[in-house]
Amino acid sequence: MTAAISREEVAHLAMLARIDLRPDELDRLAGQLDVILAAVARVREAAGEDVPATSHPMPLTNVSRPDQPRPGLTAEQALAGAPESEQQRFRVPRILEED
Amino acid sequence: MSDAVLPFEEAVAAFDPVLGLEVHVELNTVTKMFCGCATTFGAPPNSQVCPVCLGLPGALPVLNEAALTSAVRIGLALNCTIAPWCRFARKNYFYPDMPKNFQTSQYDEPIARDGWLDVELGDGTTVRVEIERAHMEEDTGKSLHVGGATGRIHGAEYSLVDYNRAGIPLIEIVTKPIEGTGARAPELARAYVSTLRDLLRALGVSDVRMEQGSLRCDANVSLRPSPQAPFGKRSETKNVNSLRSVERAVRYEITRQAAVLVSGGRVVQETRHWHEDTGVSTPGRSKEQAEDYRYFPEPDLVPIAPEPAWVEQLRATLPEPPAQRRRRLQADWGFSDKEIQDLLNAHALDLVEATIAAGAAPAAARKWWSGELARRANAGGVELDELPITPAQVAALQELVDSGRLTDSLARQVLDGVLAGEGEPGRVAAARGLEVVSDDAALGAAVERAIAANPDVAEKIRGGKVAAAGKLIGEVMKDLQGQADAARVRELVLQRLGS
Amino acid sequence: MAAGSGHPAPDLVRRGAGELAGMLAAGEVSAVEVVRAHLDRIAAVDGAVHAFLHVAAEPALAAAAAVDAERAAGTSLPALAGVPIAVKDVLATRDMPTTCGSRVLDGWQPPYDATAVARLREARLVLLGKTNMDEFAMGSSTEHSAFGPTRNPWDTSRIPGGSGGGSAAAVASFEAPLAVGTDTGGSIRQPAAVTGTVGVKPTYGGVSRYGLVALASSLDQAGPCARSVPDAALLHEVIAGHDLMDSTSLTDPVPSLVAAAREGVADGIAGLRIGVIRELGGEGYQAGVRARFEEAVGLLVEAGADVVEVSCPSFDAALAAYYLILPSEASSNLAKFDAMRYGLRVYPEGVSDPTAEQVMAATRAAGFGDEVKRRIILGTYALSAGYYDAYYGSAQKVRTLIQRDFAAAFARADVLVSPTAPTTAFRLGEKLDDPLAMYLNDIATIPANLAGVPGMSLPSGLAEEDGLPAGIQLLAPARAEDRLYRVGAALEVLLLRRWGAPLLDRVPPLLEGVA
Repeated sequence: MTAAISREEVAHLAMLARIDLRPDELDRLAGQLDVILAAVARVREAAGEDVPATSHPMPLTNVSRPDQPRPGLTAEQALAGAPESEQQRFRVPRILEED
Repeated sequence: MSDAVLPFEEAVAAFDPVLGLEVHVELNTVTKMFCGCATTFGAPPNSQVCPVCLGLPGALPVLNEAALTSAVRIGLALNCTIAPWCRFARKNYFYPDMPKNFQTSQYDEPIARDGWLDVELGDGTTVRVEIERAHMEEDTGKSLHVGGATGRIHGAEYSLVDYNRAGIPLIEIVTKPIEGTGARAPELARAYVSTLRDLLRALGVSDVRMEQGSLRCDANVSLRPSPQAPFGKRSETKNVNSLRSVERAVRYEITRQAAVLVSGGRVVQETRHWHEDTGVSTPGRSKEQAEDYRYFPEPDLVPIAPEPAWVEQLRATLPEPPAQRRRRLQADWGFSDKEIQDLLNAHALDLVEATIAAGAAPAAARKWWSGELARRANAGGVELDELPITPAQVAALQELVDSGRLTDSLARQVLDGVLAGEGEPGRVAAARGLEVVSDDAALGAAVERAIAANPDVAEKIRGGKVAAAGKLIGEVMKDLQGQADAARVRELVLQRLGS
Repeated sequence: MAAGSGHPAPDLVRRGAGELAGMLAAGEVSAVEVVRAHLDRIAAVDGAVHAFLHVAAEPALAAAAAVDAERAAGTSLPALAGVPIAVKDVLATRDMPTTCGSRVLDGWQPPYDATAVARLREARLVLLGKTNMDEFAMGSSTEHSAFGPTRNPWDTSRIPGGSGGGSAAAVASFEAPLAVGTDTGGSIRQPAAVTGTVGVKPTYGGVSRYGLVALASSLDQAGPCARSVPDAALLHEVIAGHDLMDSTSLTDPVPSLVAAAREGVADGIAGLRIGVIRELGGEGYQAGVRARFEEAVGLLVEAGADVVEVSCPSFDAALAAYYLILPSEASSNLAKFDAMRYGLRVYPEGVSDPTAEQVMAATRAAGFGDEVKRRIILGTYALSAGYYDAYYGSAQKVRTLIQRDFAAAFARADVLVSPTAPTTAFRLGEKLDDPLAMYLNDIATIPANLAGVPGMSLPSGLAEEDGLPAGIQLLAPARAEDRLYRVGAALEVLLLRRWGAPLLDRVPPLLEGVA
């Protein structure tokens, strides 16, 4: 089954992914993704209901560390790459969402 | 522009409230959930960060074993089933206080599920609140919003972000829908959070101070026309920062939703923000679509499969549930409901228990802590356990009274001395010369002096007016600065005057 | 020649890492001379190759001088001390920029080293610089780098493979004897194949991912790039091993890979069971690539190996599963690039008071290339509500099937073999407009990443139709990379005997008058 992905869907995905795509990019992407999705849709047929999913390739479990401090970064190091900083904090543009 | 509300009694008469309470607990581990950064409060901004909790490219999380232990203990204390195998999951969304723009959490595989907590209401009824799940997750950074009127996000020009709190371990505890509470819903909500708080405090896993944010509550409320009807649309109220706010916010939401429904409107599924100062909640930004978090198993952390033997060992070392402990102590000590409640209100239960363990009788221990000491704590604006006196010292003080070496009033003076740092009760009594004079010769001399100074009173007593002895007793007590056993003085007075 | 005699040895860059290590230890040459020779080589040819995004000449010379001083003082030094190495720009280096081939990290310098990089430094290898790559390791040609492509030293109008084309090209053009690459779907092995070099993807978890900027967390591995199997073994041993900072790193002790390579050469491979994977190497594979592969298998048989054909039917769905799992994980891993804490910040045009969200969206639009955007959108789709089970969920099931097929195959064979890539190096620009055609380059390498098993590519010869290198891929069970080195080293010797001289002797000169 070919999966059709519309321009509107791509726009919605771009919003979820916080990428401001231009209209021409939206069109091009929609077309390319359609082709790719058709190709990858075969995974649905390949694996039956009873096959378990594998999320981790190696069977490790229970990895943890003791609750002991480790040296971290200085504030200077942390802020070194900041596009903008103020009062030893990262300065970011106004946030729209209510938290 | 405030919302219309229906009077509470009308609201609960017309509708059946259903509650869902989500509580986030900040664990008191030394380091963060996935890295070795310190968790101490109040550090300079961005001074407790590392590549991991700052979400730098290439950094990877490693689980804090103490956080896992606390999570399992919380689950056990809430009578949950501990998952034999579970994973972490990524909850993907963008927000400037989220260093990775996903939160490492747990989705459909929480560490603990299907438990319960019995909650006692003020009148003694018990409600069993069912727990859906408890899971592990990490906290976000904190933002300061600059430029707006109140420091709130609305109208701010920009924000300043501190990632010290990013990565702090959190346990989220979610109830199943709480039904059938009717008009007592607000009271139950408060009691649930309070009971949960006591339990977590007893476990020692968190400071559980709502005003500091180490215990946070989100209250979900919905209404339906009757208990048989399907659930209505629910709202979620955040910023509920005290027990009082829990009760008020739930109550408000019931009245607000009722007003919407009776006017023919529909309740909007939304997140609301509680304002304790004005007693109302306001809506957050309404979202046209529910956020799609695109959960998937966290590949950078491996699954957790707690060893059954380890889980059982943790279960065996859980502290006694607070409610059960209270009932046991009340029975052991023979206190009334009011007496035990007073002790709880004053946070004096542990202190009384320790005082009794040090040798005092329960009634006496209670009397000290909920009486004289509580008064002094209040006056000094401190908590009982902040007074500079130990339960052992209180027991020692009571022993001095029991043995007759101090009267109650002298004991209060000795107490002053102990609180002032003058040392142990025995030492203070001796140093201040406060011990009761028990030497009959000395007492007898004082009695002679009183008789000599009050001949007419003495005459009355000789004549049979025993009641007049009170005056002479008073004189002797004054003479001896209260350091006498009044009953013995009376005996001596009456003996001397031949009655 | 006495160390530090002041006479530069022009052939120093033609020596392998093991050889250089021996010469340094014996005092025949100084580390400064070795490093300077390689810096000179980079200066001479990298204009044509563009393998490097950043060359750290002064720090490299200083590190080399320190090695020389300690050696002179009699301090005992690790075996590879003073040997130069290049590092793919996806690994964090605290004293050099780390761009991942992307505008979004242009100029960013991490405040920490990746564990693999720290181990290089502890082993006193000298870091020459950071190599070019497809942006965020997404690609098979290094054409998706934001800073221009790398060119194949065999023919500079052709791609060097990807995403680690820079590391492979640096090694193939003698700019460095060793390089560290990373492999998510073949990004070490495929460039090795098309440049005539050796590349190894370790068992998943064999090398720490701490500091490896994540593309697909369940697939990524760092590994060695070299000009010979024994050299790759030397580097592999340095970087491999458990790391407390990586929850997914294996606790198993690192097997002795150098010894395994030596044993392979000394003892041969008689009795070895080789499994030829039916699903890899048939239709769609270039004739010359297939021919060189079959000849290499023939050499192994001559040397006493037994060949069986194994079938791994789930491999037909591997590409599809990969192009769902990778974009999904990548869409989440790349969310952190949002202009708030580091990296590029772009303000949206024509917006007077932009919100944080608008700045995020404008920055990501400007900072990410087309391939990255494509995969982020694809991954967002595959994870989104309503589509998870059909896409990401199903892909993870295919993964289980691939592991089962490998397990069944390894019951019948000690190592599995296939051509590494379907074609030799194609021309720059040839596949840029057809993403799906580009993805097909990884068809043989992807199954190993999905299953987590280790894989090696070593040169199988030149394809007669274009005279360009092809590679043979060896695959071993998880944690059994010693088998790769044993068989690979043995095969390498057999091939060398057939060719008469190293394959890389035939790389055309890159510049007039430069050897």
